[in-house]
Amino acid sequence: MRSLYSLSFIALLLVLSSPAAARSFNVETFFLDNGMQVVAIENRRAPVVTHMVWYKVGAADEKPGKSGIAHFLEHLMFKGTPKFPSGSLSSTVKRLGGNDNAFTSHDFTAYYQNLAREHLPKVMEMEADRMTNLRLTPAEVAAERDVVIEERKQRIDNQPQALFNEQMMAAAFVNHPYGMPVIGWMHEIKELTREDALAAYQQWYAPNNAILIVAGDITAAELKPLAEKYYGDIAVAEVPPRHRPRPAPILATQRLLLEDPRVGVPTIMKVYRAPRGSDAADVLSEIFGGTSTARLYKKLVVEEKLAVAAGVNYDPVSLNETSFVVYANPAPGVTAAELERAIERETQLLLDKGITAEELAAAKSRKAASITYYLDSLQGLALIFGRALSSGFDVNYVQNKLARIEALAVDDINAVAATIMAGDNLPVAGLLTVPSQTTPKARTPRAAPAAPTPAAAPEVNR
Amino acid sequence: MKPTFVAVLICVVFLLATPTVVVAASQTAQLDVQVLNMSGGGQAWLVEDHSLPLVTMKFAFAGGLVNDPEDKLGVAKLVSVLLDEGAGNMKSQDFQAQLSNHAIGLSFTPGRDAFHGALRTTSQHRALAFDLLKGAITAPRFDNDAISRMKNALTAELQNNLGDPAWLSARTFNGVVFEGHYYAHPGGGTVEGLAAVTRRDLQDFVASQFAQDLLRVVIVGDMTKAEAEAMMADVFGSLPAQGRLPEVKPAVLANPGKAVFLPLDTPQTYIAIAQPGVARTAPDWYAAQVMAFILGGGSFDARLMREVREKRGLTYGVYASLLAQQHGAVLQTTLSTANEKAAEAVSVIRDEFARMAAEGVSAEELADAKSYLIGSMPLELTTTGDIADALMSLQLFGLPPDELDRRAEYIRAVTAKDVQTIAQRLLDPAQTTTILVGQPEGIDVDILLDRAPGLGDK
Repeated sequence: MRSLYSLSFIALLLVLSSPAAARSFNVETFFLDNGMQVVAIENRRAPVVTHMVWYKVGAADEKPGKSGIAHFLEHLMFKGTPKFPSGSLSSTVKRLGGNDNAFTSHDFTAYYQNLAREHLPKVMEMEADRMTNLRLTPAEVAAERDVVIEERKQRIDNQPQALFNEQMMAAAFVNHPYGMPVIGWMHEIKELTREDALAAYQQWYAPNNAILIVAGDITAAELKPLAEKYYGDIAVAEVPPRHRPRPAPILATQRLLLEDPRVGVPTIMKVYRAPRGSDAADVLSEIFGGTSTARLYKKLVVEEKLAVAAGVNYDPVSLNETSFVVYANPAPGVTAAELERAIERETQLLLDKGITAEELAAAKSRKAASITYYLDSLQGLALIFGRALSSGFDVNYVQNKLARIEALAVDDINAVAATIMAGDNLPVAGLLTVPSQTTPKARTPRAAPAAPTPAAAPEVNR
Repeated sequence: MKPTFVAVLICVVFLLATPTVVVAASQTAQLDVQVLNMSGGGQAWLVEDHSLPLVTMKFAFAGGLVNDPEDKLGVAKLVSVLLDEGAGNMKSQDFQAQLSNHAIGLSFTPGRDAFHGALRTTSQHRALAFDLLKGAITAPRFDNDAISRMKNALTAELQNNLGDPAWLSARTFNGVVFEGHYYAHPGGGTVEGLAAVTRRDLQDFVASQFAQDLLRVVIVGDMTKAEAEAMMADVFGSLPAQGRLPEVKPAVLANPGKAVFLPLDTPQTYIAIAQPGVARTAPDWYAAQVMAFILGGGSFDARLMREVREKRGLTYGVYASLLAQQHGAVLQTTLSTANEKAAEAVSVIRDEFARMAAEGVSAEELADAKSYLIGSMPLELTTTGDIADALMSLQLFGLPPDELDRRAEYIRAVTAKDVQTIAQRLLDPAQTTTILVGQPEGIDVDILLDRAPGLGDK
């Protein structure tokens, strides 16, 4: 469905590159003396650039009790510096005809400006300046915290599906911060302070923990002197290692039930923990539930008419072990239990018989054919490289992705299916539905949520 | 098509990107738009771009939701999700496999003023893509199996929407502000309407709107003029010469001056404010664009954003935007805020409306707004899809392609006096309708609703 919000990262999860595509990507990377990585992605179709700085810190790096601080700091980064005081960062970008924003995930925090090529030096100057010179007044912090509280209500508390996702992830990631929402728990957001934000800023924001990406009408040779001029003199700072607790095994069967009167159509979901960076899991998710010809949709929606929607989500780009999520919504008159049994059956069939060579070939051809589209976008490749590099992968991981997928065999897919969905890797199963004894509230229209499935790595914007 | 209402994976929401820029504001003088020769009426433009091996085509049939019968709301929506569910001898799963295995993107959207389509293909699979499109447009199967599957999916989507305060706010806005006009109809249909639609209704819709005189096309990408003309003749040549659309009266904004309240048990109140808009083709369109940008154009410097979000922390975002539509324009201001702060937010916004009308804008604000609106034009044409959308918008309003080149000059010519004149006309409290959905505290309302309008009894 079309969204009012134009930029979708979703389609960009699957990265690519045959040798030919790698050439046409025109990606070059190098490091400044202070350790800041620079990536230039040449794309000369319009006289514009996107300029991004990615910090290798996200919500999963927060201290206990401070959930939401990474995202809150991201908001506060727009407040100003002595050189560019109070709000003038964004207003300067606007005056130059540019757009700016930022986003935060479990693994990264990123800031960007899109604008005409000739104004690139100005935004580099401002972005470099706020890497070390942020100033915050108590009044600004207080007002912005209220903004984030409203943001959380709008994104999460107003949406039963989002609340459900939050609960599911909290259950699946035992002893790991991916179980915490990127935006933070409400009771902790309310207690975040200026000092918390500045502490996180001083701890993580440094050139040696940052990646500069410029994509568009520019070459690496043109970018290099600019990068050195604006970012090269920022001092190296000590940044802690990203040590996170390792997830604990799930030994107990977990079934979650969330009842909410706003639900229109129930959602059933199974969250498995899954390896990061797995091309095989990526292909498996597509074959099992990625398209309208995938197994779950074909069997459950088209043939057996048990569901109105069914699919799988898996995002390989993640710093730690991630999630493989199977979801479905029952058709009218079908119980959640019936639908769950059908999913069990399809899962067992997959584990017993495996995928077919035809399914794998079709998946490979889809991935290969879609490469060209990534070039028809200003930010597309910048986002792909930024996500990968800030999540512990290197440029080659992206460049060689399609070649690796081409090399996958049926057995590889079947093996990863067994790793994720068989044996002792117990999933968390969940049902989101209306309360069993619903007494509709007076004056309240019967209600139901939009139902997005959980994000392996939800990202939250300024 | 695979219903995707359940399947949004990573919600990345760029809330500061200007929302709903309904008329693609765009420029750069370098666009070379070629007008194709069409034998059967209609209009098609081509922008050749051989820098990448791909083609994006946007097309539209004028009319859109206008042909939805009152008792069968949802016909156009159903058509839009069924056209890729099989054509000719090719059944649903085969058709879907052809699309997805070749990474061909084909989608349809029923708009208020036109039924839109979009096709995206690599050059390698171009011939197949246009064949599939031709099948979808001229020989859709409308198998009963697919019809009932899509009715279920759309009904589920509708039921989910009923719990989404943002959707309910938009629904109530449309139902209240366009009361008495077909613009008030829910584009996604109603539960009863969807249930009542027959296969014959879908075929009738196609027969009345898919016609050459109603067709508008923009092609951007790796295609020559001769190739594009041959493709047009092949894909669309067999459509009837003339479509059938009913007469439509102008949409006069209903319930002016009223505050309308739909109670909903949620932590926030969604506020949507309607005021008179400006027709896309009117001379003061660009003055109104400048005014709306300064008022609430998505920048942190916009007055509403500064007062409501930055200074007071009342909302995550507040936006004012001009909706250009064929039969009735509107200026729409939207936000969500804590229930207990709704009265304060409304009061701040009303004060800003009054200040804009009374005092106009400063020379600096005007200069900054022009600087952004002109300077950002190249950003709006960075993809083949962006370019096609910008040109399609012009076509639908009967504007020439060189409007893109002239935009900067039109905006440059806007004076502070122009902005204030338009502000006085649009930001008129007597013409302002305020829609509140939630549990707002301390606001006087004129009309209390017990359900969102236009959805029937189910």
